[in-house]
Amino acid sequence: MMLSGDEDEEKWLAEGIAGVQHNAFYMHRALDSNNLREALKYSAQMLSELRTSKLSPHKYYELYMRAFDELRKLEMFFKDESRHGVSIIDLYELVQHAGNILPRLYLLCTVGSVYIKSKEAPAKEVLKDLVEMCRGVQHPIRGLFLRSYLAQVSRDKLPDIGSEYERDAETVMDAVEFVLQNFTEMNKLWVRMQHQGPGRVREKREKERNELRDLVGKNLHVLSQIEGVDLEMYKENVLPRVLEQVVNCKDELAQYYLMDCIIQVFPDEYHLQTLETLLGACPQLQPTVDIKTVLSRLMDRLSNYAVSSADVLPEFLQVEAFAKLSNAIGKVIDAQVDMPIVGAISLYVSLLTFTLRVHPDRLDYVDQVLGACVKKLSSAPKLEDSRATKQVVALLSAPLDKYNDILTALTLSNYPRVMDHLDDGTNKVMAMVIIQSIMKNSTCISTAEKVEVLFELIKGLIKDLDGAAQDELDEEDFKEEQNSVARLIHMLYNDDSEEMLKIICTVRKHIMTGGPKRLLFTVPPLVFSALRLVRQLQNQDGDVAGEEEPATPKKIFQLLNQTIETLLYVPSPEMALRLYLQCAEAANDCDLEPVAYEFFTQAFMLYEEEIADSKAQVTAIHLIIGTLQRISVFGIENRDTLTHKATGYSARLLKKPDQCRAVYACSHLFWVDDQDGIKDGERVLLCLKRALRIANAAQQMANVARGSSGPVVLFVEILNKYLYFFEKGNTQITASAIQSLIELITSEMQSESTTLDPADNAFFASTKRYIEFQKKKGGAMGEKYDPINV
Amino acid sequence: MNYLIGAFKPACNISITFADGKNRKQVPLKKENGQTIMVPLFQSQENISGKISIEPVLGKKVEHNGVKIELLGQIEMYFDRGNFYDFTSLVRELDVPGEIYERKTYPFEFSTVEMPYETYNGVNVRLRYVLKVTVSRGYGGSVVEYQDFVVRNYTPPPSINNSIKMEVGIEDCLHIEFEYNKSKYHLKDVIIGKIYFLLVRIKIKNMDLEIRRRESTGSGANTHVETETLAKFELMDGAPVRGESIPIRLFLSPYELTPTHRNINNKFSVKYYLNLVLVDEEDRRYFKQQEITIYRLQENS
Repeated sequence: MMLSGDEDEEKWLAEGIAGVQHNAFYMHRALDSNNLREALKYSAQMLSELRTSKLSPHKYYELYMRAFDELRKLEMFFKDESRHGVSIIDLYELVQHAGNILPRLYLLCTVGSVYIKSKEAPAKEVLKDLVEMCRGVQHPIRGLFLRSYLAQVSRDKLPDIGSEYERDAETVMDAVEFVLQNFTEMNKLWVRMQHQGPGRVREKREKERNELRDLVGKNLHVLSQIEGVDLEMYKENVLPRVLEQVVNCKDELAQYYLMDCIIQVFPDEYHLQTLETLLGACPQLQPTVDIKTVLSRLMDRLSNYAVSSADVLPEFLQVEAFAKLSNAIGKVIDAQVDMPIVGAISLYVSLLTFTLRVHPDRLDYVDQVLGACVKKLSSAPKLEDSRATKQVVALLSAPLDKYNDILTALTLSNYPRVMDHLDDGTNKVMAMVIIQSIMKNSTCISTAEKVEVLFELIKGLIKDLDGAAQDELDEEDFKEEQNSVARLIHMLYNDDSEEMLKIICTVRKHIMTGGPKRLLFTVPPLVFSALRLVRQLQNQDGDVAGEEEPATPKKIFQLLNQTIETLLYVPSPEMALRLYLQCAEAANDCDLEPVAYEFFTQAFMLYEEEIADSKAQVTAIHLIIGTLQRISVFGIENRDTLTHKATGYSARLLKKPDQCRAVYACSHLFWVDDQDGIKDGERVLLCLKRALRIANAAQQMANVARGSSGPVVLFVEILNKYLYFFEKGNTQITASAIQSLIELITSEMQSESTTLDPADNAFFASTKRYIEFQKKKGGAMGEKYDPINV
Repeated sequence: MNYLIGAFKPACNISITFADGKNRKQVPLKKENGQTIMVPLFQSQENISGKISIEPVLGKKVEHNGVKIELLGQIEMYFDRGNFYDFTSLVRELDVPGEIYERKTYPFEFSTVEMPYETYNGVNVRLRYVLKVTVSRGYGGSVVEYQDFVVRNYTPPPSINNSIKMEVGIEDCLHIEFEYNKSKYHLKDVIIGKIYFLLVRIKIKNMDLEIRRRESTGSGANTHVETETLAKFELMDGAPVRGESIPIRLFLSPYELTPTHRNINNKFSVKYYLNLVLVDEEDRRYFKQQEITIYRLQENS
């Protein structure tokens, strides 16, 4: 029966273990009886099991560990000369008589370790001999494990500073030399694995290699543990040698792993002081090596180091860490032509993160990074890769997060240039991020220049970019975006009116490019922002008198006029009308009669020409009336014209009830309850009477059209107006008129044809209760109400 | 039966003792019958002296035509069994014809004996030294006793001992350079060297260093050559790549070597070779053989 590969391997492993155990048993017996010859014989046989080629690294490791444990016992035996009676020097020769190389070298390493311990020969000599002899095993897996064994048994015997094996100052170098050589040889073996065996099992082999990598990396760890490896030695010897090996092995897996290893095992301080060397190796690596991860980790480590203590920061400056990193990244990107753009960008992101953490005060660095990124991006067509785009967003967001302040980002000249390389969608996302950052931190953008830059940044939201497909826009998203822009406009503020005006002009310039859909959202905040300025100017009036003040309300109103006009093309006449009225009111506050008049004119013209919908008309006319009522600046003539127009339009509304309500609202135009407000009781009464007439007409129309009289509510409403003016002292409104109106309503309500709305009833009832209340209150008001009976 | 036994028994016992037998070094010697006995060790130009004692059996008298002792250096070819060739033959007459009634002792001495060749036990040839005592008798045959001894000759370290260095290869396939530190090694020596791989296009499985002994006997058409591999020492496990340098360190002491013998009395030669063998994954063998000279170095020197 055929066994599958795995089962085969299990079987071979079991056989190997059995072989080790069997021979170990006889070895133990020999050890117990202090029989050196037999001990050597059986240990060599035991180690012969390690000569197998059939096991994967994983399984081989299992076998190796078994043998390893046994070798410890043998080592104990070797150590005790009284047990075997052979001097260590002779023993060192004796084990070399073994015919098979693998057992021979395992035994040699074992005796070698005892030899060093005995101090009968300098550690240096023994180590050198061992590491040299191990060359005989060229089989990758067997060689790696053998050398790993050597590294293991020699670890505590290196002639390090302070170690008992140190003889003079020179010996640290010997220790380093030894570990480096072992490392080099192991790496060579490891790399070679890749080229062995048929090509079809490449993947499996890569996996196996990966399992073995820590055997190689262990050497670097040992190196980092050698006390005597100070910065000087690391710089002059260790690092260049290790890097030489890394570069020369030309193996992707090894280069990646080892670079990472170097970065992880040696102290930060060393990295900082040898940045140039370390980074110099990067562009020389294979083009497929994932350098970005390596460099990112390096930068992570360095930035952690930088923030760990304030004392180390000067070192960073001294070695020009940023310049070096930046330079290296540039070189890596140049060298690795095939590196996808996302790789390059993520490198820049790492560098940027490093910069922000280590040199938060160096905006020029940040800008430099962005600049490099722009350079890279411009060499390629517009970004399509979504991962790359994500990285760019990360790149752009990093400074925002760090500084919590868009103002900083605005000073970066390359910031907008990076954004240019984003696709429209991402550009918008980024613009939103910027706006949100502003909102979150309530940042106030206070100069026109910054506003200019800012709008340049978020232009994805401000206008349609070239070739943007309109139909793809999601309505809701669009609204949200534009609302954000609207909110943003409110964040642009400067106390200085002149600058503020500039800001407004800048904003205006930008939003005017936005097209009809956006104007609807962006014009109102701009208008209100401008009106705020107007009010500010109005308050300062006294202070700035005499000075040549370019930011006059007049000028602003002109600007506003033009701005609002654009809404007509949207078209959004209702909005324009509201804004005109707002402006008119502001102009009123500034005592600018002609301006206010002009705005009203605009409003009326809009009403006449653009507002056709009857509901919209009702709303509009009420707005006009309300605004007009509050305006005090007009002279009699102007006012008459306008009120006349307003009442005229009111009476021409389509539905009778609307007419009625508009007309009685107009009554307020003639009675402003201010000290010096207009108080034309007669015309008030006229309006109210007219309203009554219309209400009557409505009633009759309802009778004719539907066979039932219309709602009485209009009368009740008019009654309330009566009461209002009655209370305000309009002599034209008499108690008897009120009395008759009440009676009219009462009779209407009792008429059979009337359909009674409980709400109307309640309304009327409460009105009557109010009259009762006023009567009972007594005093002047009570007297006034006295004649009225309910 | 007793009579019969008595008839085949030699008439006397002969024993040979060396003058410095107590102190002289004894070395093992393999006899024809496979047994190993300890025999004294000599070298050329030494005095070989001692005593012979002859003791008649059961008090009988022994009549003889003379007693002599010979020192023989013999070469014996196995294919020509029984035919000894004596390259050295020295005789001392110990007694004139007469009768021996009781135990009688004769001193003997061969002074500064020239023994140019070493004792050798090979596959097809044997070189031995022996003391032969003969009690000649007219009837009943002579009584003869042999005593083997071993001769080893020591050589000072050679004044010229160049390393062996060579570049060999198969075109476009394998190219190596190897080096052994010397061309002449003494028996307890260590071979140090290295193999440098200049080009490797085959998948090598391992590499061994063999020590081979080539024994040739006879001459002309009758030459017999026998080659033995005395040592097979693995130098390398796995496939090297270009640029690898593999160390060699082979201790000779564990192996039963003899010095190189060149044309010993026109009868035989024993030569040693280092054979470097590379085996590829298909078990093809690539090898290069180099002669080395082995000599015996005075152990205390």
